[in-house]
Formats: sequence, structure tokens, C-alpha cells
Amino acid sequence: MNKENSVILDIRNLHREFKMGEETVKALNGVSFTISKGEFVTIMGSSGSGKTTLLNILGCLDKPTSGTYLLDGIDIGKLSKTQLAGYRNRKLGFVFQSYNLLARTSALENVELPLMYNKDFSAKQRKEKALKALEAVGLSQRVHHLPNQLSGGQQQRVAIARALVNDPVMILADEATGNLDTRTSYEIMMLVQELNDVQGKTIVFVTHEPDIASFSKRTITLKDGKIIKDAVNTNVQNAKESLASLPPIDEEITNPVT
Amino acid sequence: MRIVNLIQLALRAIKRNKMRAFLTMLGIIIGVAAVIAMVAIGQGSKQSIQSQLSGMGSNMIVIRPNSNIQGGARLDNTTVQTLTEPDVAALEKDPQYFTAVSPQVSSRGQVINGPNNWTTNIQGVSPDFLKIRSWPLQEGVNFTQQDVKTSAKVCLVGQTIVSNLFPDGSDPIGKMIRFKNIPFKIIGVLSKKGENTFGQDQDDVILAPVTTVQKRILATIYYQTIFASALDEKSTDKAVDEITNVLRASHKLPPGTDDDFTVRSQAELINTFTATSQILTILLAVIAGISLIVGGIGIMNIMYVSVTERTKEIGLRMSIGARGIDILMQFLVEAILISVTGGLIGVAFGIAATKLVTIFLHWPTLVTQASVILSFMVCFITGVFFGYYPALKASKLDPIEALRYE
Repeated sequence: MNKENSVILDIRNLHREFKMGEETVKALNGVSFTISKGEFVTIMGSSGSGKTTLLNILGCLDKPTSGTYLLDGIDIGKLSKTQLAGYRNRKLGFVFQSYNLLARTSALENVELPLMYNKDFSAKQRKEKALKALEAVGLSQRVHHLPNQLSGGQQQRVAIARALVNDPVMILADEATGNLDTRTSYEIMMLVQELNDVQGKTIVFVTHEPDIASFSKRTITLKDGKIIKDAVNTNVQNAKESLASLPPIDEEITNPVT
Repeated sequence: MRIVNLIQLALRAIKRNKMRAFLTMLGIIIGVAAVIAMVAIGQGSKQSIQSQLSGMGSNMIVIRPNSNIQGGARLDNTTVQTLTEPDVAALEKDPQYFTAVSPQVSSRGQVINGPNNWTTNIQGVSPDFLKIRSWPLQEGVNFTQQDVKTSAKVCLVGQTIVSNLFPDGSDPIGKMIRFKNIPFKIIGVLSKKGENTFGQDQDDVILAPVTTVQKRILATIYYQTIFASALDEKSTDKAVDEITNVLRASHKLPPGTDDDFTVRSQAELINTFTATSQILTILLAVIAGISLIVGGIGIMNIMYVSVTERTKEIGLRMSIGARGIDILMQFLVEAILISVTGGLIGVAFGIAATKLVTIFLHWPTLVTQASVILSFMVCFITGVFFGYYPALKASKLDPIEALRYE
């Protein structure tokens, strides 16, 4: 994959300021980087470093105060709220820390949700795509289960399937393993790595856990609204191997995806 | 999002909170049922008044002498003597907007048939009277203009007279009865007319040629009343004007003076009664309408709760691409669905309540299509109106804030 020719995310001198009464808080203070198709980038930083603000802007939920953000060649700063919604719907996939699945709604319907807001898909096409996405995260057997009948890891897999279903140019994950134990976290990272390696999905993963970052190919570290480090990870850990190295447990675990 | 999906979504949200949705609907159900039932009662009484009034004689116009002050004493309109034969002749000469004309005089007294007697009214009229009152004969024949000319001692009797003077059920036609010692031959029996709106027995009457009653009983040349019949309901006003002009000319009243007679049409009477029941209907509808508004506020309240409860869901939907309009429609459709479902149940309850009122209270009722359609429309509008603000609030949420909401 030729990185130079397939830049999908281009950020230049991004600023985001919030007015807190009299004071102006500079959450982002001149951030610039590019992400190419097929990259797996983690964004690290302590709380208050601006990583959530950055993710909100990358996710087209917020607009920068100044600077440009080109997503797939389109200047996001110039779009209206409605257009932004359309972009989130067609170009992005979100994975949240707290899964954010609709309660009392089956896994299948949760995954179908983004396509519901896209008139190009018929009910039949929605179902086909959702089933395919659930298969990709290894949940073919849990299609009609409700979120409260699924484990945390399984719920996050449903959320990942939901992020995949619209074939986004980029998947954004916000502390996606934050609510999970180490073993389940590694299982999720295994899935994420597989999506990146095998299916070539571009992934931006916000985390503050260094071991999660070690599974990615590149890590951008933020501090006080600025990038203090942007390094290619020379020693990418394999989540499957890390999982195997964990001390064995007695209870049966969810079948990892292979 | 497609409308089918929106409705599915709303149905699911309602199903999840069945009890809450039902209680919310209850306000609308009671409101709509009240509107339907109250309007049905109002319309029913209006219709029954109308049919009773038109039963008195369609398009009937009544001309009476005016009450008048003579020598300081105010005289009532039966004593005042202004309507005479030339008036009737003038009216019959060239009528444009009315057809039949009949003078009327009446006298009260005892009527005797052998051992049976009865106190009643004898009315002197012209043959046209039956046409004006739309009162057909049950048997026998009407008297003729010739009978009027000759002051013939013939009469038509009402059903009450028949039952009181001929209790044995014998045929009254051809029999002689005596009114104030004057013998009358019965040549016809009037069909049953029943009580009028004011509870008077209309069948307790004897009709005889006007001249017979004038000359042989009352010894007068004046009429107490003149009846006329307008061509149709629309021309009653014109007929009233025409009659007024003819009579003013006949009475040689100079311009600027008051009429010495009064012309009234049935339409006026009907209008008075309909106006009364109209006010009743409006009053009932307003009360019912208020309960609909209260129901609507209930919807608004619950929709606000629903929006707050689902803030996080709204945030999620927005983050995966729902536009403001999608969220707005989601909650609006839910509100409309609640109110319209409540409306449908309310219509059913309203019609049932109306039937019960008719069965148990014997009140006349009339469920009009218009009232059903109207209350249904009102429900829809209530849903839109009271659902709009909560839905707008939902659509204006900031996805970042909404996602963080706990």
C-alpha cells in the first residue's frame, strides 16, 4: 500500500479553544499530522492533554477553531451540521468505551443502525451487511442476543461490527478497552489488529494504556494540546501472542477470532 | 430515516413503556371521547328540535295583528282587530314568494256527540290550511272554497276529538257533532300530529270553514291569524318582506309608521332554537377541547421525560450519522403515534358512550362524521404541537454532550 498516494486524514495547524467564563482554554494548540490508508495509530496522552477534543474533531462531532482538517480530501471545517452528520454516517465508524449499544435491541439491529440513516440501503441490504459485519467480529452465533445477554467483550464486538457496517474510511475508537479486563482487552485488540492487517482498515485508537498502544503501528502522544511525540512503533506486539502469554484461567473464554 | 422505520422505532419505544404510554394516552382518550359524546348530544338535540319545528309545517309564515295601545290600555294580539278579509284577498291576488294563504279564527267551547262531550278549540280556516301545516287527512275529504263561501256547517276533527267523542271506535265520518249547540257534520279526520315542541296536543282540534266560525260562533269579521306558506325554505325571508309590503298597502299605512301586524316565519323560530343548541354544542365542545389540551400537555411532559431519558441514545444516534431532522422526526412520530392511538381509542369510547346515553337516558344523539374526523385531526395536531418542542430539544442536543450524559 502506497502511503504517499493515499492520505485519508490531513490535519494542519489545528487549534480548538473553549471559552470558560473569562478564560480561554486552548485544548488543541497547533496540531498537525497525516494518516494514510491502512494505518493503525494510537493517540496517547494523560487526561487534559486534548486527546478527547482531537478525537471529537476527527470524528466530525466538533469543528476546529482554526486550522484545516481534510478527511478523504474534504475540508470538514466548511461543512454544515447536517453535512457533518452525513460524513459521520458514511465515512466513519465509532467505537466507544462504554459500548453505547441500544438497550433491548438485538445485536443485529444495533449493527444495522448506521445504515438506517442511509437511504441508499434497503431493509434486505441492511440485514445482509449487518450479518457480514457480525461475522467479521466473530458473533455469528449471537445475532439475536440483546446487549444484556452479552458479555462486555461481546458487547464491544457488536459495537465494532456497528463501526464496520458502513465500510468507513476510518474507525475511531475512544478508550475502547477501558471497561474491559486485560484478557478481554487483548481479545479486542486481536480483532482490531486483524481488521487492520487482513482487511486493511484504517484505525485511530485513543488510549492511555501503553500496552494497548504497543499493538499499534504508530503512536502520537499529546500533551497540553500539542504533539510531543509522533513515532512509528518498531516493535509491534502481536495481541494473539500476548493473549497466549497471559496466565491461563479455568473458565471458558469466548472463542477468539482467527 | 424512512417513515416505516420511524414508525417501527416509535412503536418499539411505546411498547417498552406500555403503562406510561397508556397513561399518557388516557388524557387524549378522555378528551376525544368527551368531544365525540358531547357534540353528539348537542347535535342530537339540535336535530330533534329542527325536525319537530319543521313538523309544524314547512316554510310556514304566521301573520298576527300587533299588540297595540288603545286609549292607554295595552291590548293583546287576539283582541286587536286589524286583519280582515280584504287582507287575505290582497295576499292571494298575485303572490311571488309564497303560495297558500289561510286566515284563522278560533274559539274554545264544548263539543258534544250524544252522551260524550269534550272541551276543545274550533279553528276556522280556509282549505289551504292543511297544505300550509303539511297536515294530511287520515280519511274523508277536506272542505272546499264553496263551503267557505256558504259558511257550511262541516268540519274536520283531530285524533284526540275522535277518541273522546267516539270512544266506541265507530267511524266518525258523516256523523253530526255539536259545538256550542251548532251542529257540524264531520267530513274528514286529520292524521295524528302528536305534541308540538311546547308539549301542546296538536290533535285536540276541530277545523271548520273560517266563515262558519266567524259568523255562526264568534260573530266577527276579523281574523286572529293569517297563515301563509313560502315557496321554499330559501324564499321565506323574501316572502316575509312581500307579505309585509302587501299588508302595509292594504292597511294604507303611510311610510315611517310601524306595522300594525307581525310577520313571523318558521325559519326565525328554527334559528332561535338552533342558535340555542348551537351555543350548547359549542360550550360542550369547549369543555371537551380543554380536556384535549390537558391531554396534550401530558404528552409534552412525557416526551420531555423521554428525551432526557434517552439523551445518551440520541448522542449515539447522532454520532453514527443521525441528522437533527432524523432525531426530530423520531420523537415527533412517537408523540403523534401516542396521540393518534389515544384518539382512535377515544373515538371508540365516545361512540360507545353516546350509544349508552341514547339507550339509558333516551336523549337524542347524533354522531356526525365531521366530529369524528375533526377530533382525529385535533389529535394529530395535538401530537405535532405538543411533541414538537421536546423533539426539537432532542434534535438540538450536542452529540458530544449527549454521549457523555449519565
